[in-house]
Amino acid sequence: MNKKIVQGLGFAVLYLCLAATLFFLGTIIYFILVKGIKIINWGFLTEVPRRAMTEGGIAPAIIGTFYLTLGSIIFSLPLGLACAIYLCEYSPTGYIVNIIRLSINNLAGVPSVVFGLFGLAVFVKYFGFGVSILSGSLTLGILILPGIISAANEALLAVPQSLREASFALGATRWQTIKKVVLPSAMSGILTGVILGIGRAAGETAPILFTAATFYTRGFPKSPMSEVMALPYHIYALMTEGTHPDKQTAIAYGCSLILLLLVLSVSGLAIYLRQKQRGHAYGH
Amino acid sequence: MDTDTIKIVRMLAENVDFFYGSTHALKNINLNIFKNKVTAIIGPSGCGKSTFIRLLNRMNDLIPRSRLAGNIMLDGENINEPNTDVVDIRRRVGMVFQKPNPFPKSIFQNVSYGMEVNGIRDKNVITEKVIESLKKAALWNEVMNRLDESALCLSGGQQQRLCIARCLAVEPEVLLFDEPCASLDPVSTKKIEELILGLKKEYTIVIVTHNMQQAGRVSDYTAFMYLGELIEFGHTEKLFTVPKDKRTEDYITGKFG
Ligand SMILES: Nc1ncnc2c1ncn2[C@@H]1O[C@H](COP(=O)(O)OP(=O)(O)OP(=O)(O)O)[C@@H](O)[C@H]1O
Ligand SMILES: [Mg+2]
Repeated sequence: MNKKIVQGLGFAVLYLCLAATLFFLGTIIYFILVKGIKIINWGFLTEVPRRAMTEGGIAPAIIGTFYLTLGSIIFSLPLGLACAIYLCEYSPTGYIVNIIRLSINNLAGVPSVVFGLFGLAVFVKYFGFGVSILSGSLTLGILILPGIISAANEALLAVPQSLREASFALGATRWQTIKKVVLPSAMSGILTGVILGIGRAAGETAPILFTAATFYTRGFPKSPMSEVMALPYHIYALMTEGTHPDKQTAIAYGCSLILLLLVLSVSGLAIYLRQKQRGHAYGH
Repeated sequence: MDTDTIKIVRMLAENVDFFYGSTHALKNINLNIFKNKVTAIIGPSGCGKSTFIRLLNRMNDLIPRSRLAGNIMLDGENINEPNTDVVDIRRRVGMVFQKPNPFPKSIFQNVSYGMEVNGIRDKNVITEKVIESLKKAALWNEVMNRLDESALCLSGGQQQRLCIARCLAVEPEVLLFDEPCASLDPVSTKKIEELILGLKKEYTIVIVTHNMQQAGRVSDYTAFMYLGELIEFGHTEKLFTVPKDKRTEDYITGKFG
């Protein structure tokens, strides 16, 4: 066969895969959009639910999801980054490091409902944080920790060794090198990890099921110790409880659309930041 | 008595062996590096030149599973003693690497970096030194109007001169150049050679080069390495005109292999 034909076929397959992926993504967005858009108006975004969830808005759930996600990042980013820095920049390669890496990878494979149970046992009960934003954030934080660590780890590994050498050769300490050369270069990769983490934390239901979420609150959360409504859990609750399935389903689609937009816009923001940061490195 | 022995020895390698894992990269190297002189290291690719000069500022510490035997002294002190401050050694023994490795920062920041990490805070001092270093490295004219641009926008040769400027800015006592002119055009090469000759008054310089003419032009002493061994070391003129070893002769006359 002519190698040009082979190449053509290769590209055709790649385009097909791309098209299929875009098709699925497009259908999901379209489906949610069509079903959800009808119910969305200003009131839906800013009001509290009324009449046993069949009317009113979902503002407390939006706020709740925001707090939970923010809390999980505040908790997992410093910890994950510190962990990745230790693994990449300080620890000698060896037995213990391999065990740590293995554990992190295994942690990533634990089903999210198990994290939920863990959060219930440890944060809610043992530490006595109760069903609260704090407990939920910590549980979500642990859930996304492996992802943050491995993204940060990869970003750090991708920083060329020659840059570290350049810094050391000028009399910089290890910490100065990390702070001034390695981290800035790895920032875009780390941000990617954070984006993925945000997306995951915002969308998970099981980890907050027993640790943070509740079907209904009067008004908005007052402190980190309050229990909250959250979008994914609200969708779940609307679809499984209550007495007006048709009205509730409509609201659930509205929630889904909001959740989707939230996650997409966070990703968009992070991609923008990343691009800007990358451009900065090249002086554009 | 040979006149060499009464010269002041700045750095000294004593029975140095070096291993990358099980690769025996340097074999029993003994070499003096004299103060305010330029020492050239020549030899075929892979003979261990980079490995050797990277030992002089402990750059090979960073390589996992590597092992050093023997002593490397700086002003009479063993730089590998447990209580020597490696950060201080590296500040005193500066290095320009074989491949240009500018930071993904602005041109200015690349040069000011070394001063900042060494605790110099005075903006005026830093700015003056940045300009002076860029001038010394023969780069100033090309970058004076774009100090805030990224160093990664520079050409390969400009990047290498930036790395030289960056190194000079911390005022090391010994300068290690690993093929600094490998990616430079003849004009910049000439500038760098002039720079090296000028710096000799204040600094002690070691330069790795594949260019025999360059070794001849800039160095006072030359070391010829082959397969991890130091075959011959002596006055550059002598080594190039009357080499003692057959292998040296073959190499410098291009009859190798
Ligand atoms: N990081 C490393 N790990 C393992 N082996 C290495 C490493 N660096 C160099 N070596 C090996 O050590 C030997 C000497 O390499 P070195 O880089 O010192 O050669 P060189 O004389 O500088 O060559 P060139 O002129 O091509 O730069 C080579 O055989 C090389 O393969
Ligand atoms: Mg080399």
